Amino acid sequence: MKLRAILTLSFLAVLLGFFSLWMAQQSYSWVPPEAAAESKLVDDLFSIFVGLGTFILLGVTIPIVYSLMFHRAGKYDFSDGPHIEGNTLLEVIWTAVPIVLVLGLSTASYRTYDKMSIQGPMELVHLHLPQLVEVANAAPFDNTPQKEIETAQESAPIEDIDVTAKQWSWVFRYPNQNVTSTELHLPVDRRIHLALHSDDVLHGFYVPAFRLKQDIIPNRVIDFEFTPVRIGTYPLRDSLYSGTYFAANQANIVVQSPADYQQWLADAAAQPPSPAYNQANFEYSRGTKSGNIGGWKSVAPASPPIVNYSPQPPVNSSPD
Amino acid sequence: MTNISLEAIDGTRAQPYPGAPDNWKRFFTFSTDHKVIGIQYIITSFFFFLVGGLLSMIMRGELISPETDLVDRTVYNALFTMHGSIMLFLWTFPVLVGLSNYLVPLMIGARDMAFPRLNAVSFWLIPVVGVLMIASFLVPGGPSQSGWWAYPPVSLQNPTGNLINGQVLWILAVAISGVSSIMGGVNFVTTIFKMRAPGMTWFRTPAFVWSVLAAQLIQLYGLPALTAGAVMLLLDLTVGTSFFAPERGGNPVLYQHFFWFYSHPAVYVMVLPVFGVFSEVLPVHARKPLFGYRVIAVSSVLITGISSLVWVHHMFASATPSWMRILFMVSSMLVGVPTGIKVFGWVATIWGGKIRLTTPMLFALGGIVNFVFAGVTGIMLASVPIDIHVNNTYFVVGHFHYVIYGTIVFGIYAAFYHWFSKITGRLYYEGLGKVHFVLTFLGTLLTFLPMHPAGLMGMPRRVASYDPEFAYWNVVASLGGFLLGISTLPFILNMVSSWILGEKAGDNPWRAIGLEWLTSSPPSVENFEETPVVIAAPYGYGTQQPLVEANPNPGLIQPSFMIQSPNSEAV
Ligand code: HEM
Ligand SMILES: [Cu+2]
Repeated sequence: MKLRAILTLSFLAVLLGFFSLWMAQQSYSWVPPEAAAESKLVDDLFSIFVGLGTFILLGVTIPIVYSLMFHRAGKYDFSDGPHIEGNTLLEVIWTAVPIVLVLGLSTASYRTYDKMSIQGPMELVHLHLPQLVEVANAAPFDNTPQKEIETAQESAPIEDIDVTAKQWSWVFRYPNQNVTSTELHLPVDRRIHLALHSDDVLHGFYVPAFRLKQDIIPNRVIDFEFTPVRIGTYPLRDSLYSGTYFAANQANIVVQSPADYQQWLADAAAQPPSPAYNQANFEYSRGTKSGNIGGWKSVAPASPPIVNYSPQPPVNSSPD
Repeated sequence: MTNISLEAIDGTRAQPYPGAPDNWKRFFTFSTDHKVIGIQYIITSFFFFLVGGLLSMIMRGELISPETDLVDRTVYNALFTMHGSIMLFLWTFPVLVGLSNYLVPLMIGARDMAFPRLNAVSFWLIPVVGVLMIASFLVPGGPSQSGWWAYPPVSLQNPTGNLINGQVLWILAVAISGVSSIMGGVNFVTTIFKMRAPGMTWFRTPAFVWSVLAAQLIQLYGLPALTAGAVMLLLDLTVGTSFFAPERGGNPVLYQHFFWFYSHPAVYVMVLPVFGVFSEVLPVHARKPLFGYRVIAVSSVLITGISSLVWVHHMFASATPSWMRILFMVSSMLVGVPTGIKVFGWVATIWGGKIRLTTPMLFALGGIVNFVFAGVTGIMLASVPIDIHVNNTYFVVGHFHYVIYGTIVFGIYAAFYHWFSKITGRLYYEGLGKVHFVLTFLGTLLTFLPMHPAGLMGMPRRVASYDPEFAYWNVVASLGGFLLGISTLPFILNMVSSWILGEKAGDNPWRAIGLEWLTSSPPSVENFEETPVVIAAPYGYGTQQPLVEANPNPGLIQPSFMIQSPNSEAV
């Protein structure tokens, strides 16, 4: 390789290194605010992938663009390039580096996964081990989120909340007070235990601000755990396509201080159950009068849930 | 090497066999000529590419605003189901089978495929699949609305209660397409094993042929699983068996295993031949041998192997136990190794070459860059914690469109331009080709890049309406989608007008090395007048080595530069 090429490329490599670091920093701004301890763990991991990914993508693109600029054939140059069939050393290097890289990334992902200790998947083996034992083994690179999870696990446990997904609504039930709601209220900084049910088809429990998702499977109860750490209201979305009104199958998650949470529970318990507003039912009963093109026969939505608490429907409830 | 054969420009030998069937009517017959079948596949599937594209533009029209204000939700759901199904089963699979059909026998010096009649049957099943898919728009209740993966229980809900409904037609269409693919798989594998020209050892076989072999082996081991899953789904839907129906004690997650056991490897059925196209196009337009040819060839087969062990990465959120999540995370990431080897090999191939920025070269390089991006997001998706966040969001949609559009469609365009002169005997218009490339590249960037941020923010896929926070990225993606629609116009114009009016090309306008370039353009019915005898590895750029043994009648099928040193030894 010519000296010019070596110098140019090393200069670009250094620039690229800084740029990749910058992208890794930026990646935190591409996702919703970190509302659960788990979100921080996922975002740190994602940032590593973004940094390396940027380096690799541009590390391939820059040499391509470089050769396009400097290795072009002249208009009347019909000769061939040098007859180079390969280079064993290079080929060994570019086999070994990706192997090391993917094993490293797998390890990092495994450690993050371990620290998150999401209950859901363990459901199949039904091991209700205290997660602390496992988690303690993994030396954390930033242990704040993990600490938050541990403290939350140690503080007063919250009852298991039943989550039922159906076509197309969400119902949350707090068994101790026998409160039902179409909005999921949670206390901050506590380890939350959910029991996920589906009445009909597959659904997905997805809270982007928590970076957590779990498919819900009919005829099975799936345990799911996480730790909200930020007070606020966050969307819960059905993530696994569930038929006609899938896109409208959303609910709010309200993370509150433990005092507010208790207050809300008490207030809700005092309300008599009444039918909640339900977008799917609203649209279904309105039929195809909406002026949209076409429309085929749909599965009928389950009737609107009858609950103690439901948020007011949006004022401008023109669901179109 | 510098003395290009001017004689090749002379078009008089374009049809060496007098009376060779060269009229357009043969494309509507049950022809057994692999070249006719290849073109039949390509044109039929391109028609469905336009149909699928039209559906996607209606979807992008709906998604340009957050509310459902263009089409009814049921219509939207039918659109994304049919868009995905048409693009996969009627465009990507068949167009690649068409290209492989056209090229493989020529590249290995064979007269035809091993089973020409079976080949014709495989093709004629494709229009049947197409008719079934389109017909499903006309039955009561409309087409299937359960997505291209048709997960039960949604796919088992039959709101009209009719026995003939969109979902049943969909399953039949997919099953027939599977039968067609299995026939194709048997045919390709046999052809490649048995019909290579004398002297064409494995390491003298072009990388494209290796990649087709690797892809078709996947069809053979994978399709039986999908077919079994489809049959059980059909039985659940029509006669009320209970394989997957939860209300009758079935297990819907089992279906996902059947589906992904095939459908993950299926993505490699589609991308491997495109890797092969890149490996053929780059050396020609950079005038350098394919760097690390043997490793690139073998890595195709490695991909076949590894890709059979990664399917659960589509099910990380489906109540998959932790040990399985971790195991399949590692295996999925390992796919990055053989693909990385290929990418580095391609970059090294053009490095220091004598590059000409022809249209096929632009599409190949653009496709490689897009593929690296898709690979990066693929590795992110393989990481369980990241996937738990972005699974079933627009991030996944962005990832696979970067592969399927950014890489595979780019590779297909590269192949069309690269072999256009071989197929038609004429030259395409380079200027129009470049316009096409620029529009396609920009369109791809605008349409599919914004899907990544939308997904990271938490926008689920398959939604007819969405929260206003995602509107910005969706407007950009919709505008990009319309641009992509427009980008096909210069392509169609170019292909049609060049085929009819283009300058005569001669046999080998690129001065490329390869058996397909040694015969006439378009090739005669029998492909080669004399069976070529291969005496060298492919990609001999920069050497004077001939690829085949000197022909006793050299003027007929050999470009003159091959005749200079007829007796150099083989490698
Ligand atoms: C480095 C290689 C690749 C890796 C590691 C990878 C990884 C993944 C993963 C983990 C998913 C599942 C994401 C989810 O549903 O949450 C996925 C989805 C997908 N990938 Fe890739 N991928 C790679 C290359 C490819 C290629 C080459 C193709 C196509 C030719 C492809 C096509 C797809 C498609 C179609 C889906 C979505 C399927 C669906 O859910 O409808 N990927 N990929
Ligand atoms: Cu996959």
